[in-house]
Amino acid sequence: MINDTLQNRRWVIAGVFSAFVLLYIIQLFSLQIIETKYKSGAESNALLKKTIFPPRGLIYDRNNTLLVYNKPAYDIVLIMREIRGLDTLDFCRSLNISKSYFINRIAEIKDRKKNLGYSSYTPQIFMTQLNSEDIATFQQSLYKYPGFYVQNRTLREYAYPNAAHIFGSIGEVSWNDIEKDPYYKQGDYSGRDGVEYTYEKSLRGKKGVEILLRDSRGRIKGKYRDGEMDEAPVAGSNLMLTIDINLQKIGEELLNGKIGSAVAIEPKTGEILAMVSNPGFDPSILVGRSRSANYSALLKDPTKPLMNRATQATYPPGSTFKPIQALVCLELGGITERTLFGCNGKNSTPIKCTHSHGSPVTLLNAIEQSCNPYFWHAFRSTIEKEGYGEKNAIFKKNYQAWIDAMYSFGFGHRFEDSDVYEQSRGNIPSQKYFNRYFGETGWRAMTIRSLSIGQGEVLVTPLQLANSMAAIANDGYYVTPHLNKSDTMLLRRHETVVKKEHFPIVDEGMWRVFEFGTGRYYKINEVTMCGKTGTVQNPHGKDHSLFVGYAPRENPVIAIVVVVENAGFGATWAAPVASLMMEQYINGKIERKELYDRISTTVLNPNVKKR
Amino acid sequence: MSKRDSIQYALDWTTVFYFILLVTMGWISIYGASYDFEFEGSILDFDQRAGKQFIWILTAFALGGAILLIDHRIFNYFAYVIYAAVILLLIITIFVAPEIKGSRSWLVLGPVSFQPAELAKMATALALAKFMSRYNYRIRNWRDLIPLAFFVLLPFGLIILQKETGSALVFVAFLLMFYREGMKGLVLLLVTLAVVLFVVVIRFSISPIAEDRGTWGMVLAMGIILLIQFVYAFFYTRHRREAFFLMGGTMLFAVVSVVLNKWFVVNYDYVALGIAGASGIYWLFVELFKRYRKYMLLVLITFVSIGFSYTADQLFNRMLEPHQQIRIKVLLNMEDDLAGAGYNVNQSKIAIGSGGFFGKGFLNGTQTKLKYVPEQDTDFIFCTVGEEHGFIGSVFVLIIYWLLLMRILTIAERQREDFHRIYAYCVASILFFHLMINVGMVLGLMPVIGIPLPFFSYGGSSLWGFTIMLFILLRLDASRLERGR
Ligand SMILES: [Zn+2]
Repeated sequence: MINDTLQNRRWVIAGVFSAFVLLYIIQLFSLQIIETKYKSGAESNALLKKTIFPPRGLIYDRNNTLLVYNKPAYDIVLIMREIRGLDTLDFCRSLNISKSYFINRIAEIKDRKKNLGYSSYTPQIFMTQLNSEDIATFQQSLYKYPGFYVQNRTLREYAYPNAAHIFGSIGEVSWNDIEKDPYYKQGDYSGRDGVEYTYEKSLRGKKGVEILLRDSRGRIKGKYRDGEMDEAPVAGSNLMLTIDINLQKIGEELLNGKIGSAVAIEPKTGEILAMVSNPGFDPSILVGRSRSANYSALLKDPTKPLMNRATQATYPPGSTFKPIQALVCLELGGITERTLFGCNGKNSTPIKCTHSHGSPVTLLNAIEQSCNPYFWHAFRSTIEKEGYGEKNAIFKKNYQAWIDAMYSFGFGHRFEDSDVYEQSRGNIPSQKYFNRYFGETGWRAMTIRSLSIGQGEVLVTPLQLANSMAAIANDGYYVTPHLNKSDTMLLRRHETVVKKEHFPIVDEGMWRVFEFGTGRYYKINEVTMCGKTGTVQNPHGKDHSLFVGYAPRENPVIAIVVVVENAGFGATWAAPVASLMMEQYINGKIERKELYDRISTTVLNPNVKKR
Repeated sequence: MSKRDSIQYALDWTTVFYFILLVTMGWISIYGASYDFEFEGSILDFDQRAGKQFIWILTAFALGGAILLIDHRIFNYFAYVIYAAVILLLIITIFVAPEIKGSRSWLVLGPVSFQPAELAKMATALALAKFMSRYNYRIRNWRDLIPLAFFVLLPFGLIILQKETGSALVFVAFLLMFYREGMKGLVLLLVTLAVVLFVVVIRFSISPIAEDRGTWGMVLAMGIILLIQFVYAFFYTRHRREAFFLMGGTMLFAVVSVVLNKWFVVNYDYVALGIAGASGIYWLFVELFKRYRKYMLLVLITFVSIGFSYTADQLFNRMLEPHQQIRIKVLLNMEDDLAGAGYNVNQSKIAIGSGGFFGKGFLNGTQTKLKYVPEQDTDFIFCTVGEEHGFIGSVFVLIIYWLLLMRILTIAERQREDFHRIYAYCVASILFFHLMINVGMVLGLMPVIGIPLPFFSYGGSSLWGFTIMLFILLRLDASRLERGR
């Protein structure tokens, strides 16, 4: 058979042998040399890296009052392989859960479509964030349930039911977060909004790790390299906020039953003393097991309690815009302190006056009396002072100067260097906007006249408005409003375009509001106060009530804005709220108890849930 | 010249060298695999696996030496007797063996237990060699294969009854030898295709593409069929235009179905079956209207494969009882997968991957020693090599196996007697099958079929079985000079 042709098949067989050996060498090459994921896989397997969670930083107010701290919480984890002889009924009873919950939960864990990284050898979370009472019975009988373990965690606890929007909340990290920051592992928690989000990196501290050798059954075989690779956790840094919790609390109480917001700023430093948004919620309801249920309930609430109206809601400023308008017109040369304009009261055109007073009107009177025609004339003479020019170029140049001046007061943009989470931009309408709307040469002062009295396209947030008051209180500059007391931000001083010499007359006009005008009923004894009320037309319902101001006049320590939606006259609701808050902050207490009780118990919007 | 001298002279020392090398490396690896960081036992501690394996190795050497002393004609004369004896032993085993890890394959004699299935490979090889070396026997058509099938299926069935499916599958290896002895190559290819399709369809039937969108099983299986068509047309018949047309059409269909998926629920199982079916009709069209006359077989294979895949899928998921399903799932490592995310294979890949280029060094492997890898000193022994000795060590071991296999082919082809050659091919086929399945499984390229790595894995039965098989071959080979005397 030596010359058998079948002999050649030897080479086919040798080829098959060689092909497989070669294939396996290629696979070895890819596993051992190209692929890197298996190396880390090996470590995470044989070395049990036990994470030690650091305590999260505490949060204090400006007077060192503890606001947010930690309490212990527990997770129940299981390793599917290790579960044996489980008395399900007994188990469910000890955790106070139903048998169907248990069965569903186990099925969920095992479902690899939902639980991507499932393995019966690794710990899986069965229930999370139980408190000490939930876990007490279970802890005692844990020995009866092999395969189940208890894992320690901490949860946030709040000393006051206030300031939820400022704090923000903590929630489980998403896959997205993990991809962005490898510090996080699945099941970790991080700040989702508010200062918990802004200061996440310093509040979270640094996780520690203890490296243990373990075998495949999870039995610990001692410390890896006698612990030389272990890392101690670093506790999160504490955070001192600029807010005064008493002021914050008073503010929230005063807005009870109303939709609105209040922002108070210390003018010299830009420190936010209070930032109230109502309806709000107790921050402790977004902690632990009930978080998701409560969160979706808040999300569905038509009054939008999750929204921080102080920084996210935008309103036309109405009459509260007049002090700024006066300053800008003075600076841009549209008027002088002595300029007079006539007012025909209700018969004025194109904008009528809502008050009756003598004519002609001085700037001082115009501020005190909130004279609309005066500000219309002032606005027009500012942007049309040099006529229109070719293709309205000169007019547009002057309008742009007005826009830039408004920007310099903090309107029309976010405070990019601030630590305040989620601000709206507001709106100072651009040339482009009007060009698109009316055509390149189709608009003049007359076309955009409502801007002169803070209506129309101009929109501001309460925070921006409060900041502009701080700029007036400072005679020309503001410091970026912020929440972290340790970061003074004084270096971030922003000058407005208005020269210092123009401020006294506006200051005097606002003082007159409290002495003789709409604010006179809400003056605090022995404090000279400056302010301006506003009633803003609201196309969707009753007018919004606004108040802006600062006090004391000589050396302002607080600049404030209060907005009460759908409340009618500014003098009726926003002014007393602001006045009481200023009293609380300046005097440390409220003596006008009657006024306080009346305001805080009045329900203007029955849909607002009482807390 | 005395007989003893002639053995020394005629013995294939190269093979003996590879054998000793593999056995020694296996022994060291077993010590590494079962080494415990806490006890730090010695390699000669007879309470430990490495110590026990040392005894098995010494006895295996003795056994090998004894075989070399037997007259080579004995194996031919008594081939059927040995075969019958082993078959009897297998039958007895079914009835008397205690159940160990779910199988009834171990005979326990005092402190020693033994697996007769390990002897069945050698016995079947002898019987086949004897039958096929009969005067005038040649594999000419399928009828000639019937008695061979009988020789193979008898022990195969008995081992299945012992619930040792893995060991039983080894008997498939004889197909390689049949091929060398004249069986059509197409049979080999079709068997391979059937196995691949079956494994792919079943194995991936638990991997959904997306919810309610079908599974990867059918899509991959149909992909394989299309690939075969393409390769056939492109390289064999060289109708490249038709081959590209097939490829373009497939892509068009695939893209259209993916796009449609945006609006409708598309079950990709049926898309894949549809494309494969259309391709079959396409080749039929090419055959009938273009008169290429080369595609009838391809069309036939296509439709049989589609039918086979679909039936396998349906049969498996609808008709089989759960306990029957589990048996197949265990074989394909799906049962474990359901519970542990491909735990075994993944752990084994982690262990090997963590070895890197040079390995972690002897006794420094954490994965294998902390018992992450299952069956680390038996079926997954190759992991220890990969983890502790890295790419260098693993490739070295593979090369030694390859050299041994090549050497056996050389030995086979230099025999003058058919009996010797056929037996040699049996040995090569069986060793290869074990190597292919075992290393492939450890590297995650083959389904998890629990069979040992020859000469390496812990265990007396398999070491004895392989030693006897190899040394009978060496004895037969050494006789080629005696005849010439
Ligand atoms: Zn007037």
